[in-house]
Amino acid sequence: MEIQQWTAILVGASFLLYIVIALKSRANSTGEFYVAGGHVPPLANGMATAADWMSAASFISMAGLISFSGFDGSVYLMGWTGGYVLLALLLAPYLRKFGKFTVPDFIGERYYSQTARVVAVVCAIFVSFTYVAGQMRGVGLVFSRFLEVDITSGVMIGMAIVFMYAVLGGMKGITYTQVAQYCVLIFAFMVPAIFISIHVADWAIPQIGFGMDSPGQGTSLLQRLNGLHEELGFSSYTRGGGNTLNLIAITFALMAGTAGLPHVIIRFYTVPRVRDARTSAGWALLFIAILYTTAPAVAVFARTNLIDTVYTEGQFQSHESMPEWFKTWEGTGLIRHEDHNGDGLVQYVGAAAVDGEGQPIRNELTIDRDIMVLANPEIAGLPNWVIGLVAAGGLAAALSTAAGLLLVVSTSFSHDLLRKWLKPDLSDRQELMAARIAAGVAVCFAGYLGINPPGFVGEVVAFAFGLAAASFFPAIFMGIFTKRMNREGAIAGMVVGLVFTAGYIVYFRFLHPELDSAENWWWGISPKGIGSVGMCFNFMVAGIVRSLTADPPAEVVEMVEQIRIPEKP
Amino acid sequence: MAAESKSDQPDDQQNVSEDHRLYWRKNLQLIAILLFIWAFVSFGLGLAFADSLHGILAPLPGTPLGFWFAQQGSIFTFVILIWVYAWRMNKLDDEYFTNGDE
Repeated sequence: MEIQQWTAILVGASFLLYIVIALKSRANSTGEFYVAGGHVPPLANGMATAADWMSAASFISMAGLISFSGFDGSVYLMGWTGGYVLLALLLAPYLRKFGKFTVPDFIGERYYSQTARVVAVVCAIFVSFTYVAGQMRGVGLVFSRFLEVDITSGVMIGMAIVFMYAVLGGMKGITYTQVAQYCVLIFAFMVPAIFISIHVADWAIPQIGFGMDSPGQGTSLLQRLNGLHEELGFSSYTRGGGNTLNLIAITFALMAGTAGLPHVIIRFYTVPRVRDARTSAGWALLFIAILYTTAPAVAVFARTNLIDTVYTEGQFQSHESMPEWFKTWEGTGLIRHEDHNGDGLVQYVGAAAVDGEGQPIRNELTIDRDIMVLANPEIAGLPNWVIGLVAAGGLAAALSTAAGLLLVVSTSFSHDLLRKWLKPDLSDRQELMAARIAAGVAVCFAGYLGINPPGFVGEVVAFAFGLAAASFFPAIFMGIFTKRMNREGAIAGMVVGLVFTAGYIVYFRFLHPELDSAENWWWGISPKGIGSVGMCFNFMVAGIVRSLTADPPAEVVEMVEQIRIPEKP
Repeated sequence: MAAESKSDQPDDQQNVSEDHRLYWRKNLQLIAILLFIWAFVSFGLGLAFADSLHGILAPLPGTPLGFWFAQQGSIFTFVILIWVYAWRMNKLDDEYFTNGDE
């Protein structure tokens, strides 16, 4: 069967599964809509969290990103997993004990302030929308490449599916579809990874295969790749090139940002007990780690395969001899070959490449790094059904994350803005209706962003992590671990952290992109890592302001006492 | 919990909050130890010392140690850290809040 038929069958079957689950799990109260009634078993919550967290970026883009950046790509691997340690040790159990519905709920009540709540709501909505735009773009990409429908119809179909389970089932529907989506996406990621590992390294486990000898080469795979990189003038694959302080800042900002992202935090409100919040964090990271430790192996295989395709036995190959997949992706514009010297060869080289006479060689090949995972099965010559499976997995990753984010947006409106602020007399039924309408509107808005993606989606996602790291994470952390932190301190800290981080990113990314290089950055820290500095400012300012203002009221101190201990068995 | 004991047994409340303090101190100690390991494997072995560890090929025959920690080892360690925390704290919960209430 053709790729397209396989894709249609596998994507169709997975969508059918999601719809069946959606119809079986309708929410009947706000408690069910917001936190699935608090009855989700820890193992299921772990899977749902993993699917919630692993987005189109993790599934489609991450391995490609690492493949092209080598060692420096490690910041994403550590940043997006290490955050779970912070979450499990410092936030999740206490927020579960607090036991309301949203992150702004916690901020608002802990800091006895409507202002703090509104600041938190605005951040939550901003962070979620920036993120959701990227997911919808991922949906469009998969549809247009594999099913040959245009991006608009692809996004519409995706929206219709999310609409079904997010609007009808709320958190209850989302949770169980996410469990199914986790299974689909991890299967879809692992099958090609295992095939390629066997193919390239003779090992069925990619985590082992990428560190072993390259069959028939008498050297290890990574050494061979490093050798190829040197020959072609790329920097070493296994060695860092950048400033270590900057790498640490980026990693830390991604970690704290991960721990502070509202759509991840609310998943921990859905388990029955405090101890379940701890174990479900353990399950979540275990399920995430399966993909996150496979991705770097896939990156190495993909990189080696790619270089071997254009550069065989010390010779660049001609454009006519390129395989089928090369030409298919050229058709989408995501692979581009510009024959600068007109010799018909595909010269793929790095910045330091020189020819026999020491003259620099011009690179002629541009590859969009997002295609690596999608093209990998074709590059390795895997059967067509595997390619269809990858498409279904990419869609599962994008849709599950989109649904989790849309839920945050809808609860922020119906619960935090309407019920807790503008219309406190709302009945449960009215609030539920408001939540459904907000979810519906949010789905449509997200779809619009997917069809007309703002050009700066990539930039804005870095923004989301920086802001979450500089605002939510310190505010929640201090709310739990320092009893005496008061309203004035927390708000001042959040505002300073936000303004500093946002200001730095806007200055270098939007106002003066020409200055965006290491010599102009403060302390050599890039806009991606500046959230770490913003977080430090948040802590410092909060501490100073707290010491100058009144202590929090006794009932708030008592609330913190209660959050710190588990519930009565 | 505190409110309940306040009403009927004033003596008991003293014990309960003493217990709470002890429980909280043990929790903080555990968090400090685990976060030290967390920072050491990621920022330490994975980033700051990665270059010095580049010559050591471990634990697999083809992986420079720093590179391995940055892309594999730190993630495995994170998973273990969360499970150790969950296991220790769930035990601590039982010690302080199940038996004590009987």
